[in-house]
Amino acid sequence: MKRRSFIKTTALSTVAALSFAPMALAENPVLKIGFVGVTSGPAAAWGTSNQRSMETRAAWINETGGVTIGGTAYDVEIVSFDDQKDPKRAIAGMEQMAQAGIHYVVGPNVDDGAAAVRPVAEQNGIMYFPYAFPKELYTSPASNAVLGMVANYQSGPAIYKYLMQNNGIKTVAFVAANESDPLSQRDGGVEAANALGLQVVSSNVTYQVDTTDFTPVILPVIQTQPDLLVLSGVAPAAAPQLIRSARELGFTGLISTETAQDAGVLQEGAGQLANGFISVGGASTPELASDMMREFVDRYTKMFGEYNDESNTKVYALEYILETLKANPAAIENVEEFKTTMDTFEAPNPYMVGDAKLSYVGMSSFGQRRQVSVPLVVNVFNDGAFETLFVAQVD
Amino acid sequence: MEQILANGLYLGAQYALIALGLTLIFSLMNVLNFAHGQMYVFGGFVTYTVVAQFGLPFVVGLLLSGAILAVIGALIEKFLFRPVIRKSKREESTMLLAAGVAFFLDAVILLAFGEKQRGIPKIVDGVMNLNFRLIMPYDRIMVAVLAVAAIIGFILYMQYSKPGRAMRALAQDRVAAQLMGVDVDRYSMLGFAFGAMLAGVVGGLLVAITGVNLGMGGPTSIKAFMMIMIGGAGVISGAIAGGFILGMMESVGLSVLAAYGNITYLVIFASLLIFLAIRPQGLMGKPWG
Repeated sequence: MKRRSFIKTTALSTVAALSFAPMALAENPVLKIGFVGVTSGPAAAWGTSNQRSMETRAAWINETGGVTIGGTAYDVEIVSFDDQKDPKRAIAGMEQMAQAGIHYVVGPNVDDGAAAVRPVAEQNGIMYFPYAFPKELYTSPASNAVLGMVANYQSGPAIYKYLMQNNGIKTVAFVAANESDPLSQRDGGVEAANALGLQVVSSNVTYQVDTTDFTPVILPVIQTQPDLLVLSGVAPAAAPQLIRSARELGFTGLISTETAQDAGVLQEGAGQLANGFISVGGASTPELASDMMREFVDRYTKMFGEYNDESNTKVYALEYILETLKANPAAIENVEEFKTTMDTFEAPNPYMVGDAKLSYVGMSSFGQRRQVSVPLVVNVFNDGAFETLFVAQVD
Repeated sequence: MEQILANGLYLGAQYALIALGLTLIFSLMNVLNFAHGQMYVFGGFVTYTVVAQFGLPFVVGLLLSGAILAVIGALIEKFLFRPVIRKSKREESTMLLAAGVAFFLDAVILLAFGEKQRGIPKIVDGVMNLNFRLIMPYDRIMVAVLAVAAIIGFILYMQYSKPGRAMRALAQDRVAAQLMGVDVDRYSMLGFAFGAMLAGVVGGLLVAITGVNLGMGGPTSIKAFMMIMIGGAGVISGAIAGGFILGMMESVGLSVLAAYGNITYLVIFASLLIFLAIRPQGLMGKPWG
């Protein structure tokens, strides 16, 4: 008898659970946003910080009732794909997003991946937010890509100019990994330095992506005794080793990069030798971060155990997508509506103090608004943390 | 020039130690361990965790790296390679298994230690600077000395200890060694554990210099294969020679060829192809295996 009652109770519970579960899930319709980027290998930190930023923000939104677009509250679901920094896999990832009916994708993280996915995105009506700098992705006739950060050809000249005026630098040397992103960033940097009247004393030293010991690499660069050493497009994994090798070889000049870095990684890999290192950051330095940014950092840290400073920049893409959809709900299924809205879109920037705005820029660089407006925050590393060196705005 | 030579010797010492473990496993079991680089990375992360997370001394991290990797190596040999070698006569079976182990370890490392580059504070402060002609941080000198000491210790162990002699006998002729009473299973497991331990120790040593990250495994394995191709697969002296030759070629190439762009590895690979076409068994290997 007891056994029969147990079976009956279990069966009823199962039926009840199965009946209520879809109801619970069906509370809000789901808005899927994709991510295609690198989350494994040496550059994993770039994509992982993207993916985790999106997941943190999505969980936060869902916890507080979802995002309301056109009077309907949606739960946000992040669909991720690791392209392993391989353009072929990036295409496969974008095709997967298209099959899932996703119209908004963050990524890819590198130039060749972003260029490779362009036909897939355009044929399937996908707007994508790469962290890659080739101008042809954002200039007409291309119209589906939106640059998710500040490009090196925008930040580089600003940094060099600042250092010329404030530190009196006259000579500069560049070193880059031997792959498309860093090499194109180096070429852009050399061009900008020449245009500003800096003397480029070394620009042809490159290193294999998988280099682990940078002392032999950096030695010929240091021998040219530049005032500024630029680590073009340097990956977070390589930056501390390059800085450490340069300093140990007696280099006393300035070192900078135009990519975002992580303070913890710099501290662990180079310690005090990294003091004075200049890089591009986001909006969570103590002087600029709003309460919402601080809460984002807290939530990210609780969710993943450790924050990544690169997320200071990566936090923005999802916010831009959602806020633009809020501004024009028809864009949920029609990216042409999204493109139209981009020209006039403006919303408060929740991650910065003051009256900063979210808007699309890029008229100067691309001739159309295909770049998210994020502050160009240039940081300097000191004793384990970033301090804001200066802030500028990109148009 | 002094700087280039010093860089080459330092790189050579660490490379030789990496290649030793790989060549030991190959000589004992005829297995190309594609997961050797991942074992190196795992060792680096163990030392990082012990030193940076738990605040214990570097030596403890190094010992634990060696011990944990030895256990992992023994388990991999006993439960994966041994059954496959028994059941399959095809050599590619072990190669595929090794590649599978490499992917598995990559996934474990990502889950356990994360995607970030990791490093520990310098184990010795200060830099030796001889009039800017030769600059070498003391921690690099220490790591090079420790690597050379480990190589000497390895050679002495293989030469004079009972397990070392048994492993050498296995490497020379597996069947004859078995007929002479050598416990093949036991010493194969010991050899694999020893090879994995060496990878773990180098990873632990170098985490203080180069740091460690998830992506280092594959490239490290490739370099280790290059070293044993140069020196001769399965020959201990060949692995050491291969390590020092590759280290010196890198150092000289990166300095002398810097003006021509990143062609150092192109030159190294081209030289290796020509060399292998002339002497496929490597410098110290025998043509018959």
